Order: sequence, then C-alpha cells, then structure tokens
Amino acid sequence: MNVIETSGLGKRYRQTWALRECTLAIPAGHVTALVGPNGAGKTTLLNLGVGLATPTAGVVTVLGGVPAGSPAALDGIAFVAQDMPLYKPLSVADMLHLTRNLNRRFDQGYALARLGELGIPLKRKAGKLSGGQQAQLALTLALARRPRLLVLDEPLANLDPLARHDFMATVMATVAEHGMSVVLSSHVLAELERVADYLILVSGGRVQVADEVDSLLSTHRILTGPASDARTREELMVVHERRAEAQAHLLVRTSGPTDPVPPGWEAHPVSLEELVLAYLREPGAAALPGPARTNNAAPTEVAR
Amino acid sequence: MTIDKGVSGSGTAEASPSPSGGGDRKKPPDGPRGSGSPIEFRLDAASGVPTYLQLVQQVEHALRLGYLKPGDQLPKVRDAVASLAINPNTVLKAYRELETKGLASGRPGQGTFIEATLSQVALPELATLHRSLLGWLASADGAGLDEDGIVALFSSALRDFFKGRDRPADRRADRKGGTEGVA
Repeated sequence: MNVIETSGLGKRYRQTWALRECTLAIPAGHVTALVGPNGAGKTTLLNLGVGLATPTAGVVTVLGGVPAGSPAALDGIAFVAQDMPLYKPLSVADMLHLTRNLNRRFDQGYALARLGELGIPLKRKAGKLSGGQQAQLALTLALARRPRLLVLDEPLANLDPLARHDFMATVMATVAEHGMSVVLSSHVLAELERVADYLILVSGGRVQVADEVDSLLSTHRILTGPASDARTREELMVVHERRAEAQAHLLVRTSGPTDPVPPGWEAHPVSLEELVLAYLREPGAAALPGPARTNNAAPTEVAR
Repeated sequence: MTIDKGVSGSGTAEASPSPSGGGDRKKPPDGPRGSGSPIEFRLDAASGVPTYLQLVQQVEHALRLGYLKPGDQLPKVRDAVASLAINPNTVLKAYRELETKGLASGRPGQGTFIEATLSQVALPELATLHRSLLGWLASADGAGLDEDGIVALFSSALRDFFKGRDRPADRRADRKGGTEGVA
C-alpha cells in the first residue's frame, strides 16, 4: 500500500508553479524523509497530501487510494505543520477538549498520560509553554488521533537539540508500537539520517530520488582515481564528479555493492548527505526505482 | 508493514495506558529497567559506522567483556528506539544480523535474547597476550612509529591475517565452539 501517491500533480499559485508534474508513491510502513532545497515544493506537496490545498493539475490519493482531503483520508492522517499550530491563548486542557471534539477518534487517556509524563501542566496556556513543550503538545494531539499516517512539515526547525531528540524519540517509539507510517520534510539532512528509511528528494518541483535509504546507499559509491581515465567515466553511471588535474572523485550509481571496481580506481561508501548533495548539484540526474504504483506505469529510470 | 511487532516484544508495554513516550526530560526514557536488558545502546554520530552496525558491535563488545551472557535480553526495540530516537527498522536490522550470526534469537511477544557467547580466552592467557602485545608496541614505538602509525600497521596486518583465511560462516562456528582465540 502507498500512503501518498500522486500522478502529474501540480499546484500553481497565481503565475508560479509551486509543484509540477509530480509523480511519486510513498510506501506504507516507512519513515519517509522528503528532502529538498527551500522552495522545492515540499510543503506544497504535503499540504496537497493532507487535503489543506487542492491540486491545480493531476491527482493525489492517500492511504491506499483514498482521495486526499476526503473524510476517510482525514480520519487516518495526522498533520503537524511547520509552526506547531496551537491556539496560543487556550489552555492545554482546552486544546485537548477542542481537538477531541473536532475529531472522530481521540484517545483522551493516552493524551493525558503522555502530557503527565512530559510534565506539561493542563492549566498552562499553550502560548506560555516552552518551544519544546509546544512541539510535544502538538505531537501528542496528533498522535492521540491514532493516525495511520503522521505527516510532519519541518518538525524540528525551531527546537533546541534536546527537544529535537525528545520529539523524534516520541515519534519513533509510536512507530515501533503501532506501525504508523511517517512522512516528514526537512532540509536538515543530518537529522533525518537516523530516523528515515525511505528518501524522496524533490527539487525544482520535481522528484529526483525516491528509494529505500539502504538501497540508495548500497547502489551508490564514490570512486577515486585518475582524472585522465575518461573511458571509465563513460562506462559508469556518474551522478556527480569532482575533478582536479590528476585526480577525480565520481559519485556513481552501481547495480549493487558487489559491482566490480574499475582497475586503478578506489571505491568508498557514500553517506546519505553526500548522496543528496550530489543529486541536488545535478538536477538532470535521477534515481527512481520507487515502489510499485497502482495505476500508472513505473516511473522511468534515468541516469546521466 | 515492515515493523515486526513479534520481535519488538512490545506486548507488555502496550498494556499500559501510556503506550508512547520515552525521551522526555522528567525521567529516564523507559521506566522499568529491572526486568529489561543488562545493556543500553549509545550512538556515535561521528564514527561513520552505520547505526545498525554500531548496535551489532556494541552487543558483540558486551559479550566479549561479559556484560551479556546467554539468556540475557537485549533492549526491547521500543526502548532502544525511544532512547536513541532512531528508526525501529534499524534496531530490527541489527537484531536480525545478530540472529544470522547465531548470537541472539527472537522470542515472539517477548523480545530478543542472547543465544551464544563469543569465544573468550581464559583470563591468564589473555594477560599473556596483553603482555606480548605491550612488548610489540614498545618495539614499534622504539622504531619511531606514532600512535596513528601503530594503529594503521596493526589494522593492515590484521586484515592480511584474516584475509581469505576465514569466511564469516567459519568464524561463527568457531565462536559457538568456543575454541578459537579472540580476533
């Protein structure tokens, strides 16, 4: 099952396309990182997925084919936006009351127990909580709805390191216990490396990379060797190359870790961060095996 | 779903009214440690070693040093995840690797438990080896090698020594038999 699936999805605000021709499938059972530079269309894509925006072009479905924004979709998805949406003048207790009454499913016992564990006083106004507590409150309200999919837009942007750790720990523990799928966006890649097992790279409103992190790391490597060896470079799927007069570093895509290393070259494993940077620098390159789609043909595989 | 709840052993935790949690700053990430695992994982973000491999290595290390014995329980997936803020699949992958190596096994609904011990050389013999290594280090130092040079030389000799000599499967058998020296 795919938790979010889009086909030719586009969103235009006045004259500007925030997202266009976006075709992707995010599989269930993963923590998926949606990465890309500022303005790549990440927030637009998430807003379309959770039903906060309607597409200008194309289709978006969620939770295995349910139209985004439909009641069934809304019941199964929880969304925490970038700015930790809370009514600042309301008390924590009132926020609970409100959320409970606005949703068909709400686990009040869980929410109260969790807030107790966190030491967040129910009488305190939401706006008076620390940044970390506000984030935990927004997350608790989202998780108490027992979503099948949790969508987080830049969840860690304004949090200190301890609050970031605690926030992600809560999310990961819920994933371990309930098998919830998670899609989260960020442009801080280092923080996603530990939590994400599926990566989608969006840039310029288009999907450039979509695959399991393990598979991406095992099918890419850095080759270091003589810059003069042009023939080797031609035979490889080079994503990005850095070359000095004598020496060249190539980030190449291979068919797997057992792929032979060309004679005279040295192979090194690649980190997720290096890999993403390489693709961002080469907008023409793409790695899109992705999961099986339910309607369209599989996305085409392109390598520069 | 890729989350294997059987192996995660979260059954007991789920019965409590506050299933989620961990990682808050008021108290340790998980309450009852008494019946839990004798070890706790930590991560070195700067090591460059993949997270799952760090967990595998820490279990092996704990086995060598005697912190873990056969029958001991490894941290529950949920607990490890809550204290490290990492993807549950990473912990499951580490535990699968330990199972493949014959060091641990999953018990449905309970968790993952240590099965075997890493062959441990008797203490006196270990002390002798330690002494002879110190002797070697002194001569390396005398020859003008600094610490990094010694590490590089030792690692390269270690690689040469084991290269092609034993495949992982053989080493596993040795460990179980408990006859082979420490690598």
